[in-house]
Amino acid sequence: MEAVQPNLIDVTIKSLIFMGSVGAIFGIALAWAARKFAVKVDPRVEAVRDVLPGANCGACGFAGCMGYAEAVVGDASVGPGMCAPGKADVAALVAKITGKVAPELIPTVATVFCRGDECKTFKRFEYNGVKDCRACMLVAGGDKSCSYACLGYGTCARACPFGAIKMSADGLPVIDREKCTACGVCVAICPKQVIALTPSSKMVHIRCSSRDKGPAVKKVCEIGCIGCGLCVKACPEGAIALENNLAKIDYTKCTHCETCVQVCPQRTIEDRLDPAKEAAPRIKPPANAPVNAEKPAE
Amino acid sequence: MFKDLGTIFIASAIINNFVFSRYLGLCIFFGVTKKMETAVGMSMTFTAVMVISAALSWLVYNLVMLPLHLGFLKIVLFIGIVAGFVQGADTVLKKLNPTLYYKLGIYLVLITTNCIILAVPVINADEKYNFMQSLTLGLGSGAGFSLALILMASIRERLELANIPRPFQGMPIAFIVTGLIALAFLGFSGLITL
Repeated sequence: MEAVQPNLIDVTIKSLIFMGSVGAIFGIALAWAARKFAVKVDPRVEAVRDVLPGANCGACGFAGCMGYAEAVVGDASVGPGMCAPGKADVAALVAKITGKVAPELIPTVATVFCRGDECKTFKRFEYNGVKDCRACMLVAGGDKSCSYACLGYGTCARACPFGAIKMSADGLPVIDREKCTACGVCVAICPKQVIALTPSSKMVHIRCSSRDKGPAVKKVCEIGCIGCGLCVKACPEGAIALENNLAKIDYTKCTHCETCVQVCPQRTIEDRLDPAKEAAPRIKPPANAPVNAEKPAE
Repeated sequence: MFKDLGTIFIASAIINNFVFSRYLGLCIFFGVTKKMETAVGMSMTFTAVMVISAALSWLVYNLVMLPLHLGFLKIVLFIGIVAGFVQGADTVLKKLNPTLYYKLGIYLVLITTNCIILAVPVINADEKYNFMQSLTLGLGSGAGFSLALILMASIRERLELANIPRPFQGMPIAFIVTGLIALAFLGFSGLITL
């Protein structure tokens, strides 16, 4: 201490007065500041933020849930249904708070449009770099035989904010449809763009992204779409169209009749309703060589 | 006079770096160094708060507390001053400069009870620094903390892509890296003798 203390009572009184006055000064100053610099916060912003999932995934296009809450309350042009993870329930609540009309939301889920796992495709070269699809993509477009195929280094699985993606033993992402909120983070991060959001009520998918011609696909992948058009002809609803050598389902027309699943010669079309209906798997020799290359092209 | 200030600045920024030599402020250090952007934001806010709170604490301590022989209350008072100042800055900034508030506001709240912010006024008081020296210590400590945050953020951004054994991923490797940097900073210890 700086000096010999006079006596205990004196010091106690002084310190009580001192701390009390410091407290009072701060209290008064802060109260004055809070009044003088008060910012009007719309109570609806807080209400909207409480309703949102709080994952800050950015699927709405704003900086986190708070950003969206402010935008949806303050900006008339921002719709209430932009929170993808929240789905229709949150959209309805946000619409109720902000007085906007919730659009009809079709719940979606992420689907991987590639079935070319390590057994169905082969590696063009041995890649020893960073185990990340984006890094692998930089090396001659990746090591997979098919240049459209999933690279299988699990960038999407690590990016998923909800832990909904696991990598299978064969090196393809498997999406947990229960956990997936369709936030679109995996869609944006995949360098091969093999993930897309599809209506979650639809269970039949043509899971291939290759826009190569049939013979080229056959050389590099056992299960890719060769653009033969059999499914297009077979579909009773006219829901499938061929686009750049790749069959695509119009999900608004698909009725789950499963006709296409049975006619597909390549088993590209996946049927989640009844996987047994898919054609029996053809067994390929395990060698990593392009076995199909010797076969005459169709 | 200026040589003295320079010595205090270098000593507090590098030789007695708060993170690597005194092991203070580690909570924020590990919390915000995952991304360079947050690390830079935090360093700026931190340095500003540090200098201003050093000045405020010096004024109250030397002009009010010492004449009243109330030096023993300094820790309680310094916490109060920093918390009060940060709360005030938070309120004022929100109104006057919302852009800056949204960039730095989240860090302000974290700073309120940070141990480095408290350590600077306490060291100032113990060393009986004058006003300019106190400001320099605040500035130097801020610069040192910024240096630590930015160093660590750049390393941790690289670690994201590195092939780290599973048990070491995340925090453990960050602790190890911090230890290694602290060892390196030990090399500065003979740079200036105070």
